[in-house]
Amino acid sequence: MAVVAPRVKPVEDVLPPSDLISSKIRLRDVTDDVLRPTTRLPNALWWIGIAITGTMLGIGIITVVRLLIKGQGIFGISHPVGWAFDITNFVFWIGIGHAGTLISAILFLLRQYWRTAINRSAEAMTIFAVMTAGIFPLLHTGRQWMAFWLFPYPNERLLWVNFRSPLVWDVFAVSTYLTISLLFWYQGLVPDFATMRDRAKNLLRKKVYGILSLGWRGSARAWNHYEKAYLVFAGLSTPLVLSVHSIVSFDFAVSLLPGWHTTIFPPYFVAGAIFSGFAMVVTLTVVMRKMFHLEHLITIRHMELMNMIIMATGLMVGYAYITELFTAWYSENPYERYVFWNRATGHYAWAFWTMMSCNAIIPQIFWFKKARRSLVVMFIVSIFVNIGMWFERFNIIVTSLHNDFIPANWEIFTPTIWDFGWTIGAFGLFFTLFLIFVRVAPTIAMAEMKGVLPNPTGSGKPSLHEEVTAHD
Amino acid sequence: MTKLTPVMVAVFSEPTDVLNAAEAAHKQGWRHLDIMTPYPIHGMEKALHLKMSWVPWVTLVMGLGGAALGFLFASWTSAVAWPINVGGKPLISWPAFIPVVFECGILIGGIATFIAVWRACHMPTNTPKIYDERFTDDKFGLIVPLREGMKDNDVQAFLKGVGADEVRRVDA
Repeated sequence: MAVVAPRVKPVEDVLPPSDLISSKIRLRDVTDDVLRPTTRLPNALWWIGIAITGTMLGIGIITVVRLLIKGQGIFGISHPVGWAFDITNFVFWIGIGHAGTLISAILFLLRQYWRTAINRSAEAMTIFAVMTAGIFPLLHTGRQWMAFWLFPYPNERLLWVNFRSPLVWDVFAVSTYLTISLLFWYQGLVPDFATMRDRAKNLLRKKVYGILSLGWRGSARAWNHYEKAYLVFAGLSTPLVLSVHSIVSFDFAVSLLPGWHTTIFPPYFVAGAIFSGFAMVVTLTVVMRKMFHLEHLITIRHMELMNMIIMATGLMVGYAYITELFTAWYSENPYERYVFWNRATGHYAWAFWTMMSCNAIIPQIFWFKKARRSLVVMFIVSIFVNIGMWFERFNIIVTSLHNDFIPANWEIFTPTIWDFGWTIGAFGLFFTLFLIFVRVAPTIAMAEMKGVLPNPTGSGKPSLHEEVTAHD
Repeated sequence: MTKLTPVMVAVFSEPTDVLNAAEAAHKQGWRHLDIMTPYPIHGMEKALHLKMSWVPWVTLVMGLGGAALGFLFASWTSAVAWPINVGGKPLISWPAFIPVVFECGILIGGIATFIAVWRACHMPTNTPKIYDERFTDDKFGLIVPLREGMKDNDVQAFLKGVGADEVRRVDA
């Protein structure tokens, strides 16, 4: 007996704007296009990329080996500049990670479904950036083989870490951040790994992706739990990401040094982190979408939206710089005034003006729609932003330290070749990990992407995705 | 659960169709239905009459528990295990413990959520019952467990009638 079922009315007005993604793309196309780079031999661009980043990583490894043999003396750090490239790099890389969490968690909670094109690669970037960042304070401790002393554990000396110290807060914040980002990312990958398992042609791929997918089948009963957990992770990550860079800024703000001891630091650092992180996402995405022919999934509109965030956070950062300068002048505190005058006109003035022009001025080109939508312009601007943000951290750390309260203490910091060595090595590590990632895992969250297609099956019926339809 | 019963697997091409089919099958009095889908379809919980996931409760309890543990630990090390009097300042200086307490809450809550979500999904498993490899790609499946009194032909005809492209019986 054939029973004709009552039809649920399809939701009509939930289609995303057509400039985000073409209505010609079907479910199958997403699977095919996203997985193509993982099943084929990489193209020449990839090999050139990995050759360059591998060399950079090699330089970093040589530096670290030398550091372990010779000690901190190989670097330019000395009294009074005890923090320089190491902590600059640490703060820089932690900051890079923040855009990934902003995209994956905060934009998810805000139902910005354009994030689906970029969230996977941005989350990967977060993890690699935090891993890269973590290396610097560990190596900076001097006796790296005792780095586990940073964690509170029962020991024969009956000593505990000082829970009132920002440096211990840092240990907790960064390790929590890495763990949660990794779990969040992995959870998102599970359904995609299942797709890879089900499409795998050879037995080894089937086995490996079968293990990675944990036995996911796409059951609605599982999706029901999965989606709640995903929401919970987004809810946990949002305050977490704000806390991480706030706590990193406490490393400075809790001290009494002029130029560091300010209450503006936490929001200023968080805005700067998102700013630099988005710039890194743009840098990577411009190359990645070209390398793997994903231009129809990561469209110019996606890039434009990211550029708008870069411009907005660039304005926030610029505002923070001016607030700092104003406060230094208005405070009538001679030490504070001196530090800022010295930053803008002293020995490291070039670093200050590099920071100012790269961060506060250059991104303003994105007021023009043409610039926002030009791949060449956005690539160049994103590089400038990252240079600027690196110098922001350098500027904060070195200029405050090198001329402190007593002129007899003053000293100029000069980096050695090894300082550059591990800075280059960090970029090498980050990009190498990213290039490996894009070969073995889907660079676009397929399961999420499928849900936001305007015409997923070619019939004109909506995809009925949670994020799109949540407001109805 | 569906594990030991034979099931009827219906393959659909449209997300709206699989939802309609699930609704209709539920109206028939068929229970323990499941939908297989490459991405979460809005409304499938309603169509299957699923209860809200209990996973967030785990997060809440473990998150608060983690934070409490963090606070107790910081207080114990500072006030009991190694008390140092610095200018008569309080040993349990709680405002300075907030960052660590917060991070402990997030960490324990997050790890617990991660474990809980896979427990809830009966994962990880080495031998998942994969009815059709297209269900993680571009097709949607309705799984109807065949209970006593349900005739294969009737179920098949019904599923065809609600728009299934293919229907086949899979024995456990």
